[in-house]
Amino acid sequence: MRLSAKARENIAGWLFVAPVFVILGLFMLLPILMAMWVSLTDWNGQGSPFKSGVPFVGFDNYSKLFTEDGLTRQDFMTSVRNNVYYVGIVVPVQTVLALGLALVVNSRMLKGKGFFRAAFFFPSVTSSVAISVVFLFIFASSGAVNNLLAFFGVQGPQWFADARGILHLALGGLGLVDVDNPPALLTGGGPFGLSWWEWLAGPSVAMSTIMLLVIWTTSGTFMLMFLAALQDIPVTLEEASMLDGAGRWKRLRYVTLPMLKPTLFLVLTMGIIATWQVFDQVYVMSQGAPGKTTLTPAYLSYTQAFDNFEYGTGTAISFVLFAIIVLFTIVQRWLLRERNT
Amino acid sequence: MATVRANHGARTVASTFVGYFILIFFALVFIYPFVIQLSASFKTEPNAALNPLNPVPDPFVTDAYHKVFLSTDMPLWLGNSLIVTIAITLGRVLLDSMAGYALARLRFRGRRALFSAVIAILAVPGVVLFIPKFLVLKQFGMYDTYTALILPIIADAGGVFIMKQFFESIPRSVEEAARIDGAGTWRIFWSVVLPMGRPALITLTIVSFQSSWNEFAHSLVAVQSPDLYTLPRGLAVLVSGSLGSGNQYPLKLGAAVLATIPVAIIFVVFQRYFVRGANEGADK
Repeated sequence: MRLSAKARENIAGWLFVAPVFVILGLFMLLPILMAMWVSLTDWNGQGSPFKSGVPFVGFDNYSKLFTEDGLTRQDFMTSVRNNVYYVGIVVPVQTVLALGLALVVNSRMLKGKGFFRAAFFFPSVTSSVAISVVFLFIFASSGAVNNLLAFFGVQGPQWFADARGILHLALGGLGLVDVDNPPALLTGGGPFGLSWWEWLAGPSVAMSTIMLLVIWTTSGTFMLMFLAALQDIPVTLEEASMLDGAGRWKRLRYVTLPMLKPTLFLVLTMGIIATWQVFDQVYVMSQGAPGKTTLTPAYLSYTQAFDNFEYGTGTAISFVLFAIIVLFTIVQRWLLRERNT
Repeated sequence: MATVRANHGARTVASTFVGYFILIFFALVFIYPFVIQLSASFKTEPNAALNPLNPVPDPFVTDAYHKVFLSTDMPLWLGNSLIVTIAITLGRVLLDSMAGYALARLRFRGRRALFSAVIAILAVPGVVLFIPKFLVLKQFGMYDTYTALILPIIADAGGVFIMKQFFESIPRSVEEAARIDGAGTWRIFWSVVLPMGRPALITLTIVSFQSSWNEFAHSLVAVQSPDLYTLPRGLAVLVSGSLGSGNQYPLKLGAAVLATIPVAIIFVVFQRYFVRGANEGADK
């Protein structure tokens, strides 16, 4: 029997995509469906989660995160707080740094472009675990950073043991509040089981080392993206603006930056998505310590499942994290559409 | 007029100077940690603790590396990492380019829906899949095997996307000539299209190698027995202090150096493909 050319192309097409289709289906789609079920149960990791003995608890695992007072909510909200500060600081700083470096590297007067580009990019291709080890050494109490600070007469903190929030330290340093005896107005209450005072802690000193590490590793990738966009800007446009007598800042503000807007939005989205998922560095450097100030939802979901055998809570946290990331992506898409029309 | 020009010249010199200052400062910030890492791995333990900033190991010792190879499971981790990385890289290059080719060129039912699915999967944050992947591996009885380390990540949506974009950019006429000569779809793909895809294939190979060599989180949810640890996993365990006594920084940093070297070599040799990979990722 001879098949028609069309039928043969149909079969060939499916055969070509079959392996990828099966693997992504079995290890991306199916797991998500299974996890949705597990997030509605109290499965403890013994046997199969689909056997009849596994207790079905409905949305309990989710309400434990938001409405029920208890350790689970306290930990989850602490992890959300930590990650909000983390995203809020890492994303702007790495974006500005990447853009700044791209502008300098792209400058026509300077030589050695290739070398500097490689130097800035190299950290982002290396192993996150290996880099975390290096930063553990560099930020050790008598490590390189504290040695450098001592050179300038500053006594560095015990980075990884320091749970003090930076915002608390700043408020205390300005004399606005007494850190050891915070105002009752703030400690009295607050949303989701954490007091206002706890919400306003800022990232801890320990968390700042992780933030520095991530800014340091990812800026290079984003710099490359800005650099590619900068090279797409037609030279004639810049020359025209130069002839019009625009100074360097004006050119940056009115010619270069508007052209970079799509890349800027992309970098911000990718940054937000990645920073909500911080995990490797936390696992290697701090495991959530000190004082739970480096706990993140991703790490908490892992420990809930694999250390405490509360797979239901762990998967529920994953899905909340998923929702947070999707929400940010949608908001960003929506903002982009506004600008395009 | 002359003073204006002189002024302008002076400003150019000044801004060139400032530009180089910024570049060199940040180059130091980005590279010096690696210098510290490398030199500390050749220092004695007291020296590494006392002079962490000094780039010159004095005395120069290779104790750390002896210890890494003799008293840790480093040879095993290296071997596992090599097996896993090679399998994943080969798999991704073959499977992603097959799927990319079909999505770009072959007309079959469900093609559009499949491509939308690939895009949707690209948007799923990896961290969310930790526990789900563990569940599926347990259910299939694959947990704690080499299969668990390799199979779930042997195809990736990002690679399919890169290859599809590439195949769409090459002219159809070549394939049509081969088709008239009577070549089947597989023949056309294997001996006509794929050889034309060298730049994209190299990019995909490098990106896959780098990401699977560095992969850590997947190993955490796929295996538990120390016999199956890859290098990042072994390194993480080593650092979390299972070796006990003291800080052992030269040893840990030496192990970290070994984890960094393969990617560093590939980076130096194939830098422009890395750059391309980073920007392809941006197009998604």
